[in-house]
Amino acid sequence: MSTNLHLNDDDLVLHYYGEMPTADESRAATHLSTCGACQENYAKLQRVMAFVDSAPAVEAAPGFERIAWARLEPALRAPRRNWYAWFVFSPVRLAFTAGIVLLIGAAFMAGRMTRTAAPAGAPQSAEKVRERILLVDLGEHLDRSQMVLVELVSADDSGGSVDISLEQSRAEQLVSANRLYRQTAASTGDAAMASVLDELERVLVDIAASPSTVTTEEFDSVRRRIDSKEILFKVRVVSSQVRDRQKAANRERANPSTLGS
Amino acid sequence: MPHTDAAAVALARGGDSDAFRALVDRHSRAVYRLAHRMTGNPQDAEDVVQETFLKAYRQLGRFESRANFGTWLHRIAVNCSIDLIRGRKHQEAGHDAADLESLDGGDEQRVDPSPERLMLSTEVQERVGRAMEELTAMERAAFVLRHFEGQSIEDISRALGLKANAAKHSIFRAVRKMRLALEPFVES
Repeated sequence: MSTNLHLNDDDLVLHYYGEMPTADESRAATHLSTCGACQENYAKLQRVMAFVDSAPAVEAAPGFERIAWARLEPALRAPRRNWYAWFVFSPVRLAFTAGIVLLIGAAFMAGRMTRTAAPAGAPQSAEKVRERILLVDLGEHLDRSQMVLVELVSADDSGGSVDISLEQSRAEQLVSANRLYRQTAASTGDAAMASVLDELERVLVDIAASPSTVTTEEFDSVRRRIDSKEILFKVRVVSSQVRDRQKAANRERANPSTLGS
Repeated sequence: MPHTDAAAVALARGGDSDAFRALVDRHSRAVYRLAHRMTGNPQDAEDVVQETFLKAYRQLGRFESRANFGTWLHRIAVNCSIDLIRGRKHQEAGHDAADLESLDGGDEQRVDPSPERLMLSTEVQERVGRAMEELTAMERAAFVLRHFEGQSIEDISRALGLKANAAKHSIFRAVRKMRLALEPFVES
C-alpha cells in the first residue's frame, strides 16, 4: 500500500477496528494524517459508529432470570434419549411430529382448507389427515390452558394464602408445547395466533415461576395479570376459531366434492 | 450456590439442577443482550436464551473445564441466533447492491427527525435497530461480534465457521449498509 493511495471504505473499516496488517497500518496512518478527503471519510465512519454505540443495549426485563429458568426447567427434566429413540414409534412422538408438520404445512392457513378443491374422489392426503390431528391437538392445548386460567381466576383466596401447586404444575407442562405452537405460528405468518400464544406463554411462565403457595396479595397480582391482558377472553376466541377449523376440516373429510363451490 | 462457573459446571454435570440454575442466573442476561442484538427482537432473543441453555446443558460433557464458560455460552448463543434468523428466512437472499440502493432511497430513511428527537435514546435505538434489520444473518452476526463484542476477525471466522476473508467481507458489507442507513441522520 503506497502512502499516496487513498484509503477505500474497507481499508477504513479495518483501520477503525485495528484489524489492518501491521505493515499496512503504518502506511494507512501516515496517509490519513495528510489526506483531507480520507480524513473526512474516516470521520464520517467514526460518527456513524459512535451513533451505533450510543444506542443503548436492550436489557432483559427485571426478573428475567426467574422467567428464563421457569421456561427452561421443564425441558431439562425431559428424559435424555439416544439418537435411535427418534425412530421408535410412540403415540406421543407421533402426535408431536404430526403437530409440527401440520403447523408448518397449513394449520394456520386454514382458509386454504376450504378454498382448495380436491379432485373428486381423491383420497384424503396425509397432509390433511395431519392437519386434522393437529387442530385437535391445538384445540386441546388451548382448552387445557383455559382450564388453568379459569381455575386460578376463580380460586378461593379467603384463607390468607392460596395453594396453586396444581395449576403451577399444569402450567409448567403447557409452556413447552405452547412455545412450539407459537414459534410455528410465527414462522408460518399467522401473526394473530402467534401473538395470543405469546401472551398466553408469558402468563403460563409467570404461573410456573410463582411459589407454589402464594399470599392473597400475590395471588391477586397473578389474577390481575390474567385480567389485564384479557388473556382468557383471547384464548377463548382463538380456541373457538380452531374449533371452526376443525369442523371445516371434518366437513371436507365427509364431503370433499363440495369444496371450492 | 457455587462460587465459580467451573464449580457450577462440575456440579451440573453430575445432575445438580441448582448448580445449572446458578449458571442461568449469572449468564442469561448477557446471553439475552447478545441475542437481542443478533436478532433484533425480544421474542427471538428469549427463544435464543432458551435454546442456548438447553444446548449448553446437553453438551456440558463436551465443555472443557479450562475454558471460559461465558465464552462457550456466547458461541452457542451466536449459533442459535444464526439458526433462528436463517429459519425465519430473514432477508438472506439477494442482498448487496440492490439492498444498498433500496436503503439509500427508502421513504423511511428520508424522514428527517429533529435533533431533539435524535437525542432520545429510544429513537437512536430504533434507528440502529432498523439499520441492522437490513443486514443478512451472517452480516449481522459478524458485525455484532466485531463491533459490540470486540472479537477479532479471526475469532469471528472461527465462531461462524467462515474463512477469515468471508468474515471480513461480511463485516465490510454490514458497515457499508449501516453507513448508508445512518449517515443521513448523523450528518444532518
